[in-house]
Formats: sequence, C-alpha cells, structure tokens
Amino acid sequence: MSPTSKVHWNLVVRQAVLEAAAAFVLALLLLGPIVGLVLDGYQVQNELQRPLLIAAIIAAGRFLVTLALQTSIGQAVLERFNARRRQPGVLVVSASESDRQRWWLLIMVVVSLSVPFLASKYWLTVLIQAMIYVLLGLGLNIVVGLAGLLDLGYVAFYAVGAYGLALGAQYLDLGFWSALPLAAMLAALFGGVLGFPVLRMHGDYLAIVTLGFGEIIRLVLNNWLEFTGGPNGVSAPAPQLFGLEFTRTARDGGMPFHEYFQISYDPLHRFIFIYLALFLIVCLMVVVVTRLRNMPVGRAWEALREDEIACRALGINHVLVKLSAFMMGATVGGIAGVFFATYQGFINPMSFNFFESALIVAIVVLGGLGSTTGVIVAAVVLTILPELLRAFADYRVFTFGVLMVLMMIWRPRGLMRPRRRAFEVKGLCR
Amino acid sequence: MDWHILAQQLVNGLTLGSIYGLIAIGYTMVYGIVGMINFAHGDVYMVSAYLTAICLAVLFSFGIDSLPFALLATLATTLLITAAYGWTIERIAYRPLRGAPRLAPLISAIGMSLVLQNGVQLSQGAKTQGVPSLIPATLRLGEGNDFVQITLVQLMIIVVSLASMAMLTWLIQRTSLGRQCRATQQDRRMAAILGINTDRIISTVFVIGAAMAAIAGVLVTLNYGSFDFYIGFVTGIKAFTAAVLGGIGSLPGAMLGGLILGLSEALFSGMVNTDYKDVFAFSLLVLVLIFRPTGLLGKPEVEKV
Repeated sequence: MSPTSKVHWNLVVRQAVLEAAAAFVLALLLLGPIVGLVLDGYQVQNELQRPLLIAAIIAAGRFLVTLALQTSIGQAVLERFNARRRQPGVLVVSASESDRQRWWLLIMVVVSLSVPFLASKYWLTVLIQAMIYVLLGLGLNIVVGLAGLLDLGYVAFYAVGAYGLALGAQYLDLGFWSALPLAAMLAALFGGVLGFPVLRMHGDYLAIVTLGFGEIIRLVLNNWLEFTGGPNGVSAPAPQLFGLEFTRTARDGGMPFHEYFQISYDPLHRFIFIYLALFLIVCLMVVVVTRLRNMPVGRAWEALREDEIACRALGINHVLVKLSAFMMGATVGGIAGVFFATYQGFINPMSFNFFESALIVAIVVLGGLGSTTGVIVAAVVLTILPELLRAFADYRVFTFGVLMVLMMIWRPRGLMRPRRRAFEVKGLCR
Repeated sequence: MDWHILAQQLVNGLTLGSIYGLIAIGYTMVYGIVGMINFAHGDVYMVSAYLTAICLAVLFSFGIDSLPFALLATLATTLLITAAYGWTIERIAYRPLRGAPRLAPLISAIGMSLVLQNGVQLSQGAKTQGVPSLIPATLRLGEGNDFVQITLVQLMIIVVSLASMAMLTWLIQRTSLGRQCRATQQDRRMAAILGINTDRIISTVFVIGAAMAAIAGVLVTLNYGSFDFYIGFVTGIKAFTAAVLGGIGSLPGAMLGGLILGLSEALFSGMVNTDYKDVFAFSLLVLVLIFRPTGLLGKPEVEKV
C-alpha cells in the first residue's frame, strides 16, 4: 500500500467514525424517549436498552456503509444505483421476446387453476384474499399507475361494492350475481360523481380529496345506524351457481350444489367456487387492461401521466380521459368489494379504513407503477408473506412503511418497469 | 339556542382552531417550498404528544413539583426532539427524492407516516395514554346555569399560538434566514445561484414546521389529557384542510384557515351533530378545493412549461 493511499484511508476511517458517532447521537435523541421510556399510566417504565441497541446497530451500519462506499466496489454499486434511477419509465420489448412470455403465462394459469384443489381451508381463504388484492391492485393500477392520479381513498369504492351486495340483499332481495353488476355500476357512479369536480385539480390536491372522500364514506357507513347497521355491520349473501346453493341443506326451495351433482357435502366448495370466479375476473381484467393500454384512451392515460400540459396542447380532453380511468378503477374496486363481502359473509366499516387504501397503494407502488405483472406479484407476495411470518405480524405495517420509503429511494418507478411491445412494421414497401 | 351555549362553542372553536393553525403552518411552509404534502406531519404532532407525557412523567418521577418549571422543561425538550424528527424525516425520506417523479415523495411520505404510527404503537402499546390534569383553574363568566367556562389551558393555547405565530412572522419577514426562506420558496434554482444553501433552507423549514407541531402537541396534551398513536391521522388531514382553506403557501392563511375550520367545526358539533363533525370537516375540504383551490389568501398557481 502506497503512503498516499494510507493517508487517504486514515481520512476515510476518521470520516466514517465521525458519521457513525453523529448517527448514534441522533438515533439516541429520537428513539431514546419514544422507544426507551414506555408510558404506563402516569409513570414511565425504563426500557432504555432498546434504543441503545437500535442506535448501536444504526451507527455500525452507517460506519460500514461509509467505508464500503469508498472502495472501488462501493463506488461501482453507487454508480449503478444512480444509473438505474435515470432509466426511462417504460421498457420496450421486441415482439419475439414478448411471444416467449406467453409460455410463462400458460404455466401461471395452470398453476393458479390447480392450486385451490390442493389447498386446505385456511390456505384457500388466504388465496382468495390474495386474489381480491390482485383485483384491487389491478384496478388501482389503472388510476395510479397508468393515469398517474394518486387515489388515497380507493377503499371507498371497495366499500361501496361490498355494501352494495350486503344492503342490496337486505333491502332489495338481490342475489350475488344480480348485485355484482349493480354494485360495480354503483361504484362507477360514485367514482364519476367524485371524479368529475376534482380531476381538474393539481395531483397532490387530488390525493388529499380522495383521502377525505374515503374517510367520509367510512364515517357515514359507521354512523348511519338505521341504514347500514353502523359498527355492527351487515351480513352478505353467499354466491350461487345457476341457482344452486353452497349450503348443506336447501334454503327456501333452492337446490344445494352437492345434491345436484350427487357428491358429498364439503364446505370448501363455496370457497373454491369464489376463488375460480375471482380468477376468471382477474384474467378478464388482465386482458382488458392490456388491450386498453394499446388503445387511444390507454395511450392518452399514460401520456397525461407524463406531461399534462403537452397533452392538453395536443387537444386531449384531460378531464374526460382522467374520468374514464377513475371510473374504470372504481368499477374494479366495486367488483372486488362484492367478492370480499360474499367471501367474508359479513362486513363492517372497520374493514375499509385508511390502512387498507395505503396497502393497495403499496401493492401498486412496490409492483411497479403501471406494470401488470409487477402488481400481481406484489399483491400475492404482500398477502402470503404476512401469513408465513405470523410471528412478526405486529411488524407488518411498520415493514410496509419502511419498504415504501426504501422503494421510492431505490426505484421511484417501482420494482418492475411497465413493458410495452415494440411496434414493428411488416411488409413495408420501399 | 341560548347565548351561553353559542359562546361556549365559540371558545372551544377558537382553541381548536389555534391548534389546527399551528399544525397547518408545517403543511403550508413545506408545500410552499418543496411543493409536496408532508403526509407524515400529522404523525410528527402525534409523536410530540407522547414526548410531552413522557417528559412530564420523568420530571415528576424525579420529584420536581414546581409546575412552571416542569411545563417549560417539557416544552423545551419536546420542541428539541420533535424538531430533530422533522429534520431526520426530511433527510431520510424526502431529500434523496429531489427530482424523482412527482408521486414519489408523496408515497415516501405515506410510508414514513406508517413507520411513525406503527413505530410508536410497537414501542408504547396501542392503548390510549394520558397525563394528569395539571392546571385545573377555570374562568366562569355568567351566573347560575347560564355560564361560559374557559379553562386556563384554553387561554394558554390561544395566547401561546398567537405568540408563536407572531414570532414566526417576525422570523420570516425580518431576519436573514426568513429572507432566504422566501427566496427559496419563490425560485429554488435562482436562490441557489445567488448563493443560498437551499438544502439547508429546506431542512430549516421542516424543523420549523415540526417545532410548531410540537407546540401544538404539548398544548393539546395539557388540554385534553388523553391521546393514542392514531391521533395524528385525523388531526393531520384537518390541519391540511385548514392550510388549503387559508391558501396553501401562505402563513397568515394557515392561521386564518385553522381558526375558520375550528370555529365552524365547533359550531357544527354544538348545533347539528357530533357524530358527523369529521364528515363536515372533510366535506369542507372537498368543497374548498373544488370552488376555490387557491384558498382565501393564496395566490393562483400558474403552471408553465
């Protein structure tokens, strides 16, 4: 080692030690009281070992990171990190590569179709939840990912769908299949009514207004006791297959599913049926979204997301285009809500709080704004991972928060970049 | 409706409005300077409420029974630590995102808000916490059953918020730091060219916002006595409503918006219905944004290419 590099390293180590010490002091100042002194009545309990440990870990991490960034490998990593952030938002793939992906699609479909027949009841409910979140993610992806409108009250449309089924069954005697389109349309109507006045606004204002709207819906559901049952909730009807019920014995003149097909009764049938119906709808959504992205309206969504002023200068009616995205998203949210209600059999306003909205936003953001594959993967991972890590269930929200921040720093456009098939001209005359 | 009920609601509304105004300052200054909604601001306020209770408990456990000293020490400690929270949040979650796509800082802010909320819940527990009622003195105007009651804490809230507002206005309008803040708000690049360390100014603005939220946190904790890890969410949205109502980016606007929101909310819950008071506040937000997005004192925002 040459003398100059030795001096250099001394400086680097000194710098790292100073930064680590600063990080330690700051972490202790911030975490000391909140983490270390636990309120118990009007007294505090001393838990100061916890912030000391966390601050020590942070300081050690800071020291190592500062040192690592000075090595040539660290510099290269930093350079790649910065280069990644400068990448364009959409990845263009050639037609042949796009064809190869179809095999993956086929495998995924076969796996998704066979899984429910192998799963236990517990895992079946987890799978249904995952499917509901996939559907919600796909719906919100249209609004946030494609049109670039941050909707923090998406859960409102989910609630409208769920309550549409439950209250429709209670007051209008609607069944699952008649309530499904009606609830979806109701959600779309809510989206239109909210969207039309607010979509002219600046993006951040839109986020807050939708957040306020989501809270208004939840508070009204919670307080309007005579109509919605308030915090006690309402029950929702189970689905039927062409009038066949998934119950052990027939209710008011119906025919149970297992008697019609001469098989023994199994409570799992109901869940498998819900799963398969959801799966069909998710597949339909994927096809619709893929097609829409190549249609004029889908291209207008993405163009508006990138530069609104340019779009308006080119004569795109920005309010109508945004409204179409908003209402599409609301419809999908409503459909997901109907499935949620029928699978739970019972709903109350607790299920539709702000955390639910934040979770759906997290799915879309982590998956990659605008990327269908990314959103599906994120929804499945974020539903199944917490089930595997039951022991750390308390840390779920905390981890989501940390992930959202890190993800935005690491890749502000999400994990997977949206892909678009390259346009190739065939048989061009010269 | 008797006059004393109306007057009582006015007093309550004024107190509530001062609190909203103090928190709204954090939103309005940050929005003015970096153009983003600091979603974690409401949770910074929540943290300051916990810090207040912890400080008071620690001081009392050391046998300090001089109330003015305990209050001042609590205020100072809470102010310092909360300001450090404001600085750190900006440093970790927002500074690396300068120049990122428009939605990125907002999503990062939501993440930070979840981290703060859940972090406090994990370390302090989910149950509602409280502080003992320290200043029970009240002022009664009127006689018999017709009276208006003003507690000393309510008076303190109004006086302290007015004083902090006056100090902040002096800081922004008269000092060199304030001039730098205003310059950065008007044109960040130009300010940087003229030799202003804009990163430092942005940090300062976050620190000021957090300090104002800390004052609000101390006062609210003394007034209501109970809080939990979730208070930052609703109060945060309402304070943001106040900021928008007054015109986002405008300091007097934040205070005015806070007072209007507080008064109208108190009158609504006193005369119409308590269950729907949050619905009322959120509806007000939606209506203001639709019909007057620049607020009462704000300047219209022109987007240029």
